[in-house]
Parts: sequence; C-alpha cells; structure tokens
Amino acid sequence: MAEATTRTAQKLFVFAIAMFGFGYAMVPLYDVLCDITGLNGKTGETTIAAVASGYVDKDRLVTVQFDTNVNTALPWNFKAIEYTMKVHPGEISEAVFVVENKSDKDIVGQAVPSVAPSQASLYFNKTECFCFTNQTLVAGERKEMIVRFVVGAELPEKIKTMTLSYTFFEAPDSEDVVFSNKSTVEAIDAKG
Amino acid sequence: MSYGAVHDDEHHDHKPTGIGRWLFSTNHKDIGTMYLVFALTMFFIGGAMAMVIRLELFQPGMQYVDPQFFNSMTTVHALVMIFGAVMPAGVGLANWMIPMMVGAPDMAMPRMNNMSFWILPFAFTLLLSTFFMQGGAPAGGWTMYPPLVLQLGDGLPFLIFAVHFLGLSSIMGAINIIATVFNMRAPGMTFMRLPLFVWTWIITAFLLIAAMPVLAGGVTMLLTDRFFGTAFFDAAGGGDPVMFQHVFWFFGHPEVYILVLPSFGIISQIIPTFSRKPLFGYASMVYATASIAFLSFFVWAHHMFTVGMPLAGELFFMYATMAIAVPTGVKVFNWTATMWKGSMTFETPMLFSIGVLFMFTLGGFTGLMMGITPVDFQYHDTYFIVAHFHYVLVPGIVFGIVAGVYYWLPKWTGVMYDETLGKWHFWTSTISVNVLFFPMHFLGLAGMPRRIPDYNTQFTDWNQIVSVGGIAFGLSQLILVWVVIKCARGQGEKATDQVWEGAHGLEFTLPSPPPFHSFTTPPEVTEATAHS
Ligand code: HEM
Ligand SMILES: [Cu+2]
Repeated sequence: MAEATTRTAQKLFVFAIAMFGFGYAMVPLYDVLCDITGLNGKTGETTIAAVASGYVDKDRLVTVQFDTNVNTALPWNFKAIEYTMKVHPGEISEAVFVVENKSDKDIVGQAVPSVAPSQASLYFNKTECFCFTNQTLVAGERKEMIVRFVVGAELPEKIKTMTLSYTFFEAPDSEDVVFSNKSTVEAIDAKG
Repeated sequence: MSYGAVHDDEHHDHKPTGIGRWLFSTNHKDIGTMYLVFALTMFFIGGAMAMVIRLELFQPGMQYVDPQFFNSMTTVHALVMIFGAVMPAGVGLANWMIPMMVGAPDMAMPRMNNMSFWILPFAFTLLLSTFFMQGGAPAGGWTMYPPLVLQLGDGLPFLIFAVHFLGLSSIMGAINIIATVFNMRAPGMTFMRLPLFVWTWIITAFLLIAAMPVLAGGVTMLLTDRFFGTAFFDAAGGGDPVMFQHVFWFFGHPEVYILVLPSFGIISQIIPTFSRKPLFGYASMVYATASIAFLSFFVWAHHMFTVGMPLAGELFFMYATMAIAVPTGVKVFNWTATMWKGSMTFETPMLFSIGVLFMFTLGGFTGLMMGITPVDFQYHDTYFIVAHFHYVLVPGIVFGIVAGVYYWLPKWTGVMYDETLGKWHFWTSTISVNVLFFPMHFLGLAGMPRRIPDYNTQFTDWNQIVSVGGIAFGLSQLILVWVVIKCARGQGEKATDQVWEGAHGLEFTLPSPPPFHSFTTPPEVTEATAHS
C-alpha cells in the first residue's frame, strides 16, 4: 500500500510541475493563436505584395488618426508631422514622425503600436515601420521616421475613422544594446 | 519525504500530549481540527477587514480610512477569505472525514499532511506582515493585475511568496487526498460506492493540482518582471498586461469550483440524511461534478469580456459559460428530487443545506446573466459582480461548510450541539446575508463601481442597508463560535454512533467521538452498507 501511495504521489507531483510549465507555455501559445487568427488588436507586419492587391477603393475615404505617447521613464519627444490623414482603402500611404532624444545619454527605444477600434486592426497593414525594430538615438539626436501602411479594401463600411497609437518605451536591455551598437552609432556620427 | 501510511497496532489509541501533539501531529483528525480552527480564525480576520470596508461605505465621502488602506482592505480581505478561510476549511473537513468515509486508518501521507498544514500560518504571516511595510499591503485587487500590482512597495515579493506557499500547501493536500482515496479504500468500497463528499473532493483535488501551478507560474512572472528584467506583462519589452489576465483566470475559474465543489459534496451527504431517502441520481451527480470540473478550464475569459477580445472569442466563452449551467442544473435538480416526498426534518445542518440550495442557485443565475457577453459590459466591475460572487461564496460555500460542521460536530466531539443556538445561527445568518448582499445587485445595476472607498450620494440608502446587514452577519457568526466551544468542552447530550436517525456511511459506524486511528481493521463494504 505504501508503495502504491508513493507511485500515485510521484505521478501527481510530475503533473503539478508540468502544469507550472504550462503556465509559462501559455505566453507563446497565446501569441501563436493571435498570429493565426489575426486577433488581439495587434497589427501585423506584411509585405506590399501581400496587401496591395492593386485595387484601390477611390469612392471611400477613411480618416486615420495618429496618437503619440512617450513612457514617462524615457526622456524623448515624439510627434507626428500630420496628426490625421485621409486615405483610400487599398492605397499605400506614408506618415512621418519625429523623435528627439532630450537627454545627454544614448538611449535605445522601442515603439509599441496599437490600433483602435479593434475590428479595424485586422485591416490595418504596416509594410514598413519604425516600430519593427529598436530605435537608437544618441544624446540630443533628432530624427524622422516613417510608417508605410495600407488600409485593406475589405475594411467594413461602418468604420470611417481609425486611430494608430504608438507608445515609445525605453528598450529593457537598453544599456547593452547601446554598447554593442556603439560602432554603428559612431559610423553614423562620422557620416554626419 | 516519507509516507508512513500504516500505523503499528501497538500504539493503538496512544495520543501524544502537549503542544507537541499539535506541532508534530500526523493524525488526520488532529490536523483536520487544526485546519478548521485556522480557517475559523482567518474567517474572523477577513471578516474584520470586511467590517472596515462596510464602515467606510456606510456614508459617501471619506470617513475613517485613506483610499490606499481601503484598497488594501478589499484586496487582503479576499485573499484571506479565499485562501485562508474557505480552502483550509474544505481541506480540514476532508482530513477529518475522508479516511473515515473510505474506511482507512489515516491519510496516506501523514507527514506530508502535517507540512501542508504548517505552511499555512507561515504563508499568512508573510502576507499579513505587508501591512507593516514600506508601501503597505497589496491594494491592487486579489486578482493582482499588472501593471498596478507591480507598483506595490516592499510587500510585493511577500505577496508573491505567500501565494507560492499557499499553492504548495494546497497541492500537497490535494495529492494526499487522491493518494488516500486511490490506495486506502476498504475492501468493497468501489469508486461508485464512494460518498459524494469524497467524490467532490477527488475532483477538487485534481482541479487544485491542475490550476494552482498555473497561478504560481503567473505570479512568478510578475516577480521576474519587477526584479529580474523580464517583460512578460510589460509593453515596453514586448509583453502584454492582458496576458496576465489570461493566465490568472485560467487558474481563477477552476479555482471557484475548487471552492464550491466540497460544499456541493457536503450538502449531498446532508440532504439525503434529513430527507431519509438515498441521494437521487448518484451516478449523474458524479458525472455532473466531473463535467463541471472539465468545462471550468474553458470559460476563463468570461472574466475578461471587456478587454477587447475579438467577437469569435467573446462568443466562444459565452457559449462555454452557458454550457456549465447544464451540469450545475443537473445537480440542483437532483438535490431537489432527493427531498421530494422525503420524510424531512429541519435540523440545523439541513437548514443550512437548503440555504445553500436556494442561495447558491441565485448566485448561479446572476452568473448566467454576466456570462451573456453584451450585458456583461454593463455589469462588469460593478457591485453586481460583488453581489454575484458573494452569493455563491457566502450562502453557497460558507453555509455549506457550516452545514458540514453542524452535521459532523457530534461525531467529532461525542456530544450534540445546542440545537436552539444552531437555529438562531441559521436564521440570523440567512436574514442578514440577504440584507447584506441582495441590495448590491441594485447598486451594481445603477452603476456603482466595485473597489472604491467613496460613491455618489444617490447610492447612500442601499449602502447603509448593506452595511447594517454586514454588521449583523458578522455578529451572527459569534453564535457558531459559542456552539463549537460548548461542544469542544463536552457540554451537551451524548451523541450516538449514528448521530442522526437517517445517517448512513462508514463514519457513522464508528463511535462518537471516533478512536484516534479511524479504521485499524478495514471494514467490509457491501452494496447495502455503502452510502450513496
Ligand atoms: C453557473 C455558475 C457561474 C457562472 C455562469 C459564473 C459567471 C461569472 C462571470 C461571467 C463572472 C465575471 C463577471 C465580470 O467580471 O464581468 C464571474 C465573476 C466571479 N465569479 Fe462567477 N460564475 C458562476 C459560479 C461561480 C462560483 C461557483 C463562484 C465561487 C465559488 C464564483 C465566483 C466568482 C468570483 C469570485 C467572481 C469575481 C472575480 C473578480 O473579478 O474578482 N462564480 N462569474
Ligand atoms: Cu469564472
């Protein structure tokens, strides 16, 4: 009886530990699920070829608003040149943003995008974006960045306005990145 | 770890004495008693916090406590009640009753049993010590959502480690229960002859082992996000705070069934006894309980309808939530059918069980309302939610535990409790609990948000009634303490072995009080003697 008990207990302990692992596995699993279904209000990274079917709906105009935020811990300025644009669904458009490092330190930032309303996020495709990678700004640097996007022609009729919002955060491993990127930064500096 | 399952017969009824009896106890009855006393203590600590909440909410405006402390009260009240009162009370009853009900001498792993109990006071010392720390006690809600919870001061690691220890304790307890039932049943005690209390506890134990580690994982992620530079829930590092809600509720919804299933088990023992009829639909009760447990893993996002899920997700979780109502309905039907044409009497345990039947069902109905996605947008985070979960938790679960205590107290102590006091306890509790929680529905529908220390003056009247109900309910519980102390002191009529005229089951074949080691020679169980 004691042996049977030990066996039962061992199996159950293994099960408990596996469930602890499953808790962690949920993090990537959810992302996979969202990728497959294209849900969660995250906007996808796509190529021009995949979205520019060539069809542009000239009869419709959709207002795209831009919203820019900076996390309080990051000493940057971040603005859009134009805060609203009117675009035709299916057409490739470009918006320009300006970001400036107000501090006397080199900092790596990361912009996190989000689209509202969430149904619109399914049809909002970015083909190029400063948010796809970390952005490094040396002390006092100011630069322009672009996002190129297509609003899918299948966008439901009822959606007339959508908002693309960005929040810049300091990339968590900022110091390391600055260090390893030093040569690149210097190269850029040398070019002026 | 050692599992000394079998006791040597020479030490038959030898009880260790003094403080050592409790500190080093490996006896299922002593440990059961400790769990129950601990649970009752935590019930009053959590209750005192609730009184602070109701005092502050007696009037609009800020009266007695500052908002941060108020939020700590709601947060720690919930953690203490769920992890300190309800769960340990369930484990305590399991410890006392399961070995007796399956015909075993003790739990399968007595030493582990001792550890799983003593972890609890330690974990709650960690949790409650945060009140004296820089930044105060947790105040971001018992659900611990980031980023808010990460703004807690020095208390955060204490909160997280307390949750880890609580999880560890309940997983150890659960393993012990499963090992006992699987390996130590008396000859003839087949699975389908197990009393329903044992069945609901096996299923609860599996839920615990599946769900608690996920919570442990989630809070570990909080810990590393705050101190070790990970970014599971931190948007700056590509994480997502909504992810925590998914992880939390994947644990959280099964958790509500962890809380309620033992109560279902208790009333499934009591209702047949006082209806003097076997339980209606025993097998369907077992299957319904198992289906509830299984489905509970697929409904978690009904707590998150408003986070901006896609329509397909909202619909899935809405239908899954509705589906749980089906097996729950089967159970309610069976309890009712058990009473149908029975020769019923209404002793205190029966009164509390009927209270569970009515008022849990009411809480289940509001649950169904909130499970309907479009209307939940109105109810979410209002007092309507507070009303819902207090109906299922207080008259649904606490009443069930109290019913169990009244039912088995004569068995434990050997003397009958004071029936007059018991009836007083039931009626004062039942009236006050409804005065306390029913008007919260109205407040919620009118738009009063939950977790706030101040409110619009339009809500004053109902809040005052609620606060009066709260204080009355709190005071009513003192009657229970009185009843228990009287029995523990042996004041009362001598109880027979069977205790109740209509009672069946192995525990009622033992003397009252039972010997220190329950069944040293396993009883023979037949279809006729098996309890259903
Ligand atoms: C038929 C059964 C049930 C259904 C359909 C149901 C449904 C729900 C739903 C949809 C919510 C979320 C509402 C919102 O936040 O907008 C909720 C909240 C809650 N339910 Fe239930 N429920 C049921 C049974 C239970 C049981 C048995 C318990 C406890 C033993 C329970 C405890 C809770 C708690 C504690 C919350 C609030 C969690 C929080 O936000 O802190 N429910 N329920
Ligand atoms: Cu739930």
